[in-house]
This record gives sequence, C-alpha cells and structure tokens, in this order.
Amino acid sequence: MKNICFYFQIHQPIRLKKYRFFEIGQDHYYYDDFQTEEKIRALAEQSYLPANRIIAEMIRSSNGKFKCAFSISGIALEQLEQYAPEVIDSFRELAKTGSIEFLAEPYAHSLSSVFDTDEFEMQVKMHADKMENLFGKRPTVFRNAELTYSDEIGEAVAKMGFKAILIEEAKHIMGWKSPNFVYAHSHLSKLKLLVRNLKLSEDISLRFSHPSWHDYPLTAEKFISWIASAPAEEKIFNVWMGYESLGMVQRPESGIFDFLKAIPYHAMEKEIGFTLPSEAVKKQEVAGSLFVPFPISWWGHEKELSPWTGNDLQHEALDKLYSVSERVRMCTDKPLLHDWLMLQTTDHFRFMSHKDAFGTHYETAYEAFMNYMNVLADFLERVNAQYPSTIDNEELNELLKTINHQEKEIETLENELKKLKARKAKVV
Amino acid sequence: MFGWEFPPHILGGLGTASYGLTKGMAEQGDLELTFVIPKPHGDEDQSFLKIMGACNIPVVWKENSWEHVNYRIGKIMHPDEYFWLRNGIKYDYNRIYTNDLGCVDFSGRYPDNLIEEISNYEAVASVLAHQMDFDIIHSHDWLTYPAGVFAKHISGKPLVIHVHATDFDRSRGQVNPTVYSIEKRGMDVADHIITVSDLTRKTVIEKYHQDPRKVTTVHNAVEPLPDADTFTKTERKDKVVTFLGRITMQKGPEYFVEAAYKVLQKTEGVRFVMAGSGDMMPAMIELAAKRGIADKFHFTGFLKGRQVHEMLAESDVYIMPSVSEPFGISPLEAMQVGTPSIISKQSGCAEILTHAIKTDYWDIDEMADAIYAIVKYPAMYKSLRNLGREEVNNIKWYDAGLKVRTIYDEVLNR
Repeated sequence: MKNICFYFQIHQPIRLKKYRFFEIGQDHYYYDDFQTEEKIRALAEQSYLPANRIIAEMIRSSNGKFKCAFSISGIALEQLEQYAPEVIDSFRELAKTGSIEFLAEPYAHSLSSVFDTDEFEMQVKMHADKMENLFGKRPTVFRNAELTYSDEIGEAVAKMGFKAILIEEAKHIMGWKSPNFVYAHSHLSKLKLLVRNLKLSEDISLRFSHPSWHDYPLTAEKFISWIASAPAEEKIFNVWMGYESLGMVQRPESGIFDFLKAIPYHAMEKEIGFTLPSEAVKKQEVAGSLFVPFPISWWGHEKELSPWTGNDLQHEALDKLYSVSERVRMCTDKPLLHDWLMLQTTDHFRFMSHKDAFGTHYETAYEAFMNYMNVLADFLERVNAQYPSTIDNEELNELLKTINHQEKEIETLENELKKLKARKAKVV
Repeated sequence: MFGWEFPPHILGGLGTASYGLTKGMAEQGDLELTFVIPKPHGDEDQSFLKIMGACNIPVVWKENSWEHVNYRIGKIMHPDEYFWLRNGIKYDYNRIYTNDLGCVDFSGRYPDNLIEEISNYEAVASVLAHQMDFDIIHSHDWLTYPAGVFAKHISGKPLVIHVHATDFDRSRGQVNPTVYSIEKRGMDVADHIITVSDLTRKTVIEKYHQDPRKVTTVHNAVEPLPDADTFTKTERKDKVVTFLGRITMQKGPEYFVEAAYKVLQKTEGVRFVMAGSGDMMPAMIELAAKRGIADKFHFTGFLKGRQVHEMLAESDVYIMPSVSEPFGISPLEAMQVGTPSIISKQSGCAEILTHAIKTDYWDIDEMADAIYAIVKYPAMYKSLRNLGREEVNNIKWYDAGLKVRTIYDEVLNR
C-alpha cells in the first residue's frame, strides 16, 4: 500500500529592532516585538488556527486514518506562547487524537549542527524537553533547521538516539534515485532517511494558485492520481512544507483548505494511506544508503548552505557568534542565555545574503549585517562582563567547578569535623 | 554634439561624462561624432571624435589672409575649414563683440556673463547648422540647449537633449527663473530627453512638465581606471573617512560633520577628511570646531587629477551625503580604487549600485552607523571593497552608448 507522509513546519524569524552602534553597551534589548506580534497574530489567524481546524476535522472524518507530522522550532513555540497561546492549545488538542507526530529539531532553528556540535546537542535536547513538556511525548524523529543534513550531522543525531532524519531531495545526492523510498545513513544502517518529494511538495506550497502553471487548477483528485500512477514499488510520498503555505502563501480563496479536506476521500478511493515518519521508517524496507559528504539544505536548486554561509559578511558574523559558545554555556545569566539562542536563528544570516535574502525586512544585505553586528557586539560585551576574558575556558571551568562544589565540600568537611569532635568527646 | 567641457580641462562631472559617453558610442563603429565646445585647448583626445572649438568658428564675416588664419589658429584647426565654415554665416551678428577673425572669445568656464556666453554659443550653432551635414543634434546640459534648439530650427534635424543636472538640484529648490526658462525651452523643443537617473527623470517630468514618453534614463558609467593598481593604501593606525567634492549646499557637507561627531563620541581611531573647496567651507570649519572634533576632522582644500584618486585610495570610507545629486560619479571612482562608499538615497548613482551603503542624506544616525560598521567590522569593509570594485568595473560606457543609439534610431525613424 502506498502512503502519503504529510509534514508541516513552523518557524518564523525573530525581528531585531534597529540597533545603532551608539546603543552598544547601553541597551540590552534587541527585538522588535511589535513586528513579531503582528506577524504571529496574522499567521495564527489566517493559517495556523484554520489549518489546525481542518486537520482536526480530517482526522475525525477519516476515523483517524489521516495523519500528519509537525515540527515547531523552540523559538516559534516561544512566540506562540507569548502572542497566540490558543495555537498551542489547538496543537494539544490535535496531539490527543494520536494521529499527529511532533519532530525534534535544534531549539533555536540554528546552524549549530554545522558550526558547534556541543551546542547542537544541547539545543536538540532542549527542544525535545520542551516538546515532551507541552505535548506529552518525546520526539523520535529528527529534522534539522533548513533540512540541513550531512553524514556527519547524521552521526551526531544517531548518537542522540533518533531513529530517522528528514532530508531534502537534492539532485546531486539522489541522482537517479526516487525520493519515494526509505533510505539509510551512509554507514549507520540503523539511522533511516526520509526524502522530501520536491515536486509534489512544491505543487502545493508554491504552484497551487498559479494560473500560469500547466496543471492549474490542482484538485485533490488530480494530486492523488499522480501518486496512484507512480510505480507500485514506490511506497512513501513525502509531502513537506512550511505550515504557512496553508492559508498564508496560498490564500483561503485559492481553495487550498478545500483541496486539503478532499485529499483523504480521494486517497482512500485509490487505496492510498497516510503515515507518520516514525511509522514509515518502521514499516518500510530500506532501499539503499545515501552518501552526503557536504551539508545539503532545502534551498533553491543548488540545495546547499550558501544563502546562510556563502559570503564574507556571513562568515564573520557566524565566526564571531560561535567563537564564544563555550564561554556562554558556562554562564548562568538567564537573559544572556536566552539572547544567545535568539541570535542563532538561521534567518539573521539569510538576511545577509546578497543573492537570496528571502523574507528580509532590511533593504540590503549590508544593513542586515550592520544591525546584527551591533547587537552581537553588545552581546559579546555582556559575555565578557560575566567572567574576565583573561582566564581561558579550561581554567575557568576548573574554577567554576571549585566554586560550585564549595558548599558540598564545606558540608562534608563539617560533618567530618563533627564526627571527630564527637569521637574526641567520647575519648575524653 | 554640443557640450561645454571636455577632458583634460574640466571643471565638473559634465566633462567626464561627455568624454565617457562619446568614447563608448564611438565603439559602435558606425557613428561619426563631432563635439563642439566653447574653447578647446588643443590637447584633447581626438582619436575617436572630432572636437570643434566655438571660439574658432566665425560668426561675423571678416576678410583675412590664409597665412594670417594659419598663424592664429593653425595648430587647432585647418585654415581651409575656417574659410569653409565662414560660408555658413547667414545672419548679422555684428552686435556681438568678435576678434579679428570674426570669432567670439569664449572663456569656456562658468563666468559671470554666462548668459551672454550661452547666447553667443547659439550664434556659433547657427553657422554650423547652415554649413555642416549631420543627422542628429545632441545637447549636453542647459548651457547648450539654446544652441541645440537653434540648430534644430535651422536644419530641421531632430534634437536630443541630455540632462546632466537641473537647476532644482543645484539650488535645493530655489530655482533661478532665467535658467529655468532656458532649460524648459530646451526640453519643450527637444525630440527626446535623456536623463542621467530616474531621479532626474522625475524632476524633468514633474517640474518641467514633460511628457514621460519623451524622457528616458541613461545612467552614466565610469571610465576604466588603467592605473587603478598604482593607487595604494598606506597602513596607518587610524581609519580615514573622506568627503570629497565641492563644499556647497548641494553636497550636504553639514551632514557629514554631524555624522562624524556621532561616530567620534563612541569610537577611537577614526579620522575624518573633508577634501575640496566651496562656499560652505568656512561654515564647516566652524561647525567642526563647535562640535569639538577639530582635532580629528581635517580639511585638505581643492584636489585635482591624480590627487583625487590618491585621496580616495587612502581612505577607508568614502561618503557622499548629497542632498540632490542627478548622478554623482565620484562614488564609482572611489569604488574603482577599492574604497567602500556611503551614498545618499537622493543620488542618481544609488539607482545602479548594490554594493554601496545607501542612506537618506538627513539620516545622520544611519550614516554614523554605516561608518562605524565599515571601520569596525572587517567583513563589511572586505565585501564592499571586493564586490564594489567588481560591480563598477561592469558598468560600461559602451552599454550607455547603446541606449543612446536606440534613442537616436527611434527619433530618426519617426
């Protein structure tokens, strides 16, 4: 039986406010909350909430046969908690149906998987904790920010105990291979890879309402018939997109919600089912392994990381940021640790791209860089103010251990002292 | 073509643009260009066009021997040409003061009796229009519009005028009615109007009430600098931020001083240089002193020729906060020698540059922020330097020339 694996992603950029260099050292609040609130409210009302309602209805009317997965970045969860808590409630309701799976990802939607493995592990754990906390279940399948993946990242993720990773259909990796199979990591056969079906995904997320597209208008019947007519041995069809595609990118008046609603009916008619990533990797045979020596992402045609890490501006910003990661992790100042996460989201670096600064609110890449660097300069000053920069990390770590263990040490020594005194008293 | 300046003897950007454009157009191969200027010095580069001096073209019939003419102007123009042109005198210009050859002594500069020079230039144009054979008339800037208009009326050939600036740019809105009327008449009569930026195009349409269909933008380009590598940057302790140009109201020098003040409040190791001269220079010296930054703020006076590029190359940042700049070639020159540029959004060149920082001319906070970023964050400097140089090297006069050619073809086939 063929299965469709729907997966939706939620993440929104954090907007930094205009932060001039003369504010460095004066102002430690970096965010444009007004803009973020407006964006999140609009998304919640036009996309997340109506889409959740439709999906709940689809699950109900198909008797739980319809299933789909979500991943929500830690940053997005915070934004939702603050500006649209009803979306969280609505996801909780969905989670209760059992037809929903939540995936893990690095909390800050960061590139830490490429730049700092320790940070990466910390963030994945942090995100998994949060998901468990909110929705009662710990994720077992992983997707990285921007679907970044390489063999090395795969190893790190496997080490953390995940069973599968979602990756992009990158032509230079797949070659003639079809995305409609389950694959495995290059040498860790236990780690499964699910590959996005680029065409089917973008038919909905990008082309759905394009009158000039030759398959316009797209109906559920047509969509399902494409899957039905695929070779019989192709079992899994991964249709993945940003959740805002439903209702925001593709407006309600385009018929996107009705399209979605009609999918289960037509699928069942053709005996096509739905599956969750964790089920799919359990049920399906592995068709082969994929070698990914260099990181891939879900961007453009090239499917690599250049829109985030491709130019000098991005190099400098990332270098400066990750140069202090070890030091930051030794800090205990809560606002500082929170800012550390907020400054890592991939969007900041995307906005510095000369060729594709998707979603930017800056006029130029240079403006994005200037603003970010001013904020980062202030942040770095705060990091330096925590502990003197003359002490190197190792030494500091030792000192911190000593300080933190001081109390315990005193306690044990005191106990010892008491015992000795008591003994002495006996003797006397 | 009627122009007012041609290198090497130039007073502003007009001469540079005239040279670049004509050179780019000559590359097309099937254009024969004659460029009239009031007073050539004889050392102009005539390899790709013919330069004619209005000061050697007779407007009043005077009898002279071949030898005398040869003695007087032989090194610039052949005497036979003088006698041939003399046949083009059809009107009585005895009211004009002329020399022994019947020619007008043009200053070729921007003298106090500029309006008179403009009208004398018009008289010269009438002689040329009667005597010469040409397909199209092209007038550069308002000084030559009357000449172009008269030539059009005499010859019936189409007139294209090239707006390098309008009086609205020069005067921050306080236009001189005489200049305005000359500009307006030129535009009204022209068959097509070329502007150097969309900003100027907008002014032409809105302030001079021209039909938008008649106005086309052809952005200026920049001549490649063959010896760009010979300009080096000396290693020094302090970063240098430079303003270079006429210190006049149009160029917004006071915003530069204010931005410098903002930067210096927070930053060590930056110096500011105001290069050039102009009527606002004393006021700027005073302003720098009043802000208490005179120890870090330097004036160089007027720079010329190689000094300009040297100054640009030695700088870490070039800044042009012009209030209104029809095009503005100097940021392109700065970028050629690898100096990052900050330009005002009110400059025409902002329309074609990606790797330069653009701010509003009045936004000194933004300007200060950009200066700070370039001197403090190495990637900013490196990106702007490398990508900027690559970008300007791809802005070619040849392409601008092709656009002008399209306009020519269109007016000729109408």
